[in-house]
Amino acid sequence: MSLLEVRNLRVTFDTETGPVQAVRGVSFSLGRERLGIVGESGSGKTMTGRAVLRLIRPPGRIEAEAMTFDGQDILNMPEREMRALRGKRIGMVMQDPKYSLNPVMTVGRQLTEGLRLRDRLGRADAVAKAIAALEAVQIRDPHRVMDAYPHELSGGMGQRVMIAMMLIPEPDLLIADEPTSALDVTVQAEVLSILDGLVRDRGMGLIFISHDLRLVARFCDRVLVMHKGLVVEEIAAANLLAAKHPYTQGLLNCLPRIGGPRGPLPVLDRTGV
Amino acid sequence: MTSLPSPAPDRQFTRLLGQIGYGLAALAITLLGLMLVTFLIGRVVPTDPVLSIVGERATPAQIAAIREKLGLDLPLWQQFFIYVRDAVQGDLGNSIRTGKSVTSEIARYFPATLELATLGTIFGTLVGVPAGVLAATRPGSLADQIVRVVGLMGYSMPVFWLGLIGLLVFYGQLDWVSGPGRLDPTYDMMMEFTLTTYTGMILIDAALNGAWDVFGNAVSHIILPAGLLGYVSMAYISRMTRSFMMNELGQEYITTARVKGMPEWRVIWVHAMKNVLVPLITVIALSYAYLLEGSVLTETIFAWPGLGSYITDALFANDMPAVLGGTVVVGVVFVTLNMASDILYRLVDPRARI
Ligand SMILES: Nc1ncnc2c1ncn2[C@@H]1O[C@H](COP(=O)(O)OP(=O)(O)OP(=O)(O)O)[C@@H](O)[C@H]1O
Ligand SMILES: [Mg+2]
Repeated sequence: MSLLEVRNLRVTFDTETGPVQAVRGVSFSLGRERLGIVGESGSGKTMTGRAVLRLIRPPGRIEAEAMTFDGQDILNMPEREMRALRGKRIGMVMQDPKYSLNPVMTVGRQLTEGLRLRDRLGRADAVAKAIAALEAVQIRDPHRVMDAYPHELSGGMGQRVMIAMMLIPEPDLLIADEPTSALDVTVQAEVLSILDGLVRDRGMGLIFISHDLRLVARFCDRVLVMHKGLVVEEIAAANLLAAKHPYTQGLLNCLPRIGGPRGPLPVLDRTGV
Repeated sequence: MTSLPSPAPDRQFTRLLGQIGYGLAALAITLLGLMLVTFLIGRVVPTDPVLSIVGERATPAQIAAIREKLGLDLPLWQQFFIYVRDAVQGDLGNSIRTGKSVTSEIARYFPATLELATLGTIFGTLVGVPAGVLAATRPGSLADQIVRVVGLMGYSMPVFWLGLIGLLVFYGQLDWVSGPGRLDPTYDMMMEFTLTTYTGMILIDAALNGAWDVFGNAVSHIILPAGLLGYVSMAYISRMTRSFMMNELGQEYITTARVKGMPEWRVIWVHAMKNVLVPLITVIALSYAYLLEGSVLTETIFAWPGLGSYITDALFANDMPAVLGGTVVVGVVFVTLNMASDILYRLVDPRARI
């Protein structure tokens, strides 16, 4: 049985100028594997991820034929039960750590609040767990980071704090929205290998949202290619770089090639979709 | 690779000292400017303080003698210098009406205003903040509409009208509260002759003396004017809280807190509220300052012997030293509150701490 099952998911925003459809009928299923979602900016990747957690805020609304997590109907589940899943069994690494961390709370308090409130851990235990989580994402001076405020962190460090925060409860499903975009190559490799380890050893399911087609091709098992709120292609990651679909090919053509000719970059051709 | 810049502790301390010094310098300059303006206004108004002392039929020699005694024959800058020098030592001159020292008079009037404004601000905050939060978390709901309408009324209805209606209903008709003044005359005598004065604020002094009958009487007097001022400040505070809260609830970190499975009360009252507090502190301080400057109309309707009444009465009596002194006190209050809110702001917002 798959971990997550999404059928015909739609996310609509009722704006003053009429409804805007951010996600227009997305279906996929996820096992204990690494599923990539790629697509240009505004194609609905983030909204798809948030809809799974039912965290689209008004005026946005979620509709779907079915949405199940581990056999439970998360589409019609009461908010109370949904909240029990969030942060414990399903986590989400938010896209932009600069805006996604509370600016007036220390990193330490943000890391430990779930442990203290939900798991009723004592202060010392919670802090020890948080520090271990920071060390796992390659932060060398975790004590100082614990006392820091978000504005004192670099983009890459904020991103690692965010990842640590979401990994602390050891979720069964992690939605990671551009989790490594601000990391340098070596740290990125470390973080990816942590995620990889969690999928392989603990059987976590991973939705990996990214702009970086090469990275997704290398790291994921399967890939959804999104365009204007629709999945235009679902493909094994190994075959991504040889994709036949015109939109995917268009995305691929926009990648600069190392050692390739240095002409102007081709422009994405959207007419074929 | 992952180290964090952090200024050395001694440098942080120096910076803190610098900030305090800067604040005090700003305070001094602001007050000096305020005094200069009020002083000049006091000197250019076409009333002769000498005349109001000696009367119309004084001889030129008598007038000259008084002028000299008051220092009015000196050049203006010298007069100002003397005024500032005395003011720094707590001497704001003598009232022309009563001949008593302005400082001691203000020391009697100001606590009445302080007591009223503080209670009003506490009311306004205790009701306004939850009301604003309630409205912000359910935009468009009935609760939101009610908060909006009640707030709008506080904005648009004249204070004196509300005050009179309040007196008419709660004092005149229902007899739930006591009428104008701070105490009934009998309790006033008790307060004056048998109890020790600590602060000049009756509620506090009566409690410190253990005189609970006086305390109760003072409560029944202050509840209506404080409720009125509280309503006005509630209207402002709830409206601002609503808009600050709406803004914070739209931020990404709120979604993060929900992703972590935090309950809604914590998302609102901890995550969002800590951010709302940053601008809200200034709003509350401003509304407090506004009430402290002496809400003249309220003080008049309720015969409340506060700073607002004091300055108004002094103005009508051409009592320039008293007007000047009252204005300086208002200025000190305003600047002090500003500084206090600045310090609080730094405490709640780590980004402002540099
Ligand atoms: N509050 C809103 N009102 C109207 N439309 C919205 C709102 N929020 C998002 N959208 C729409 O939803 C669409 C999908 O947005 P989404 O954030 O999922 O894109 P994305 O694929 O994550 O892009 P990026 O790569 O830039 O993060 C966007 O085109 C946007 O116009
Ligand atoms: Mg996105």
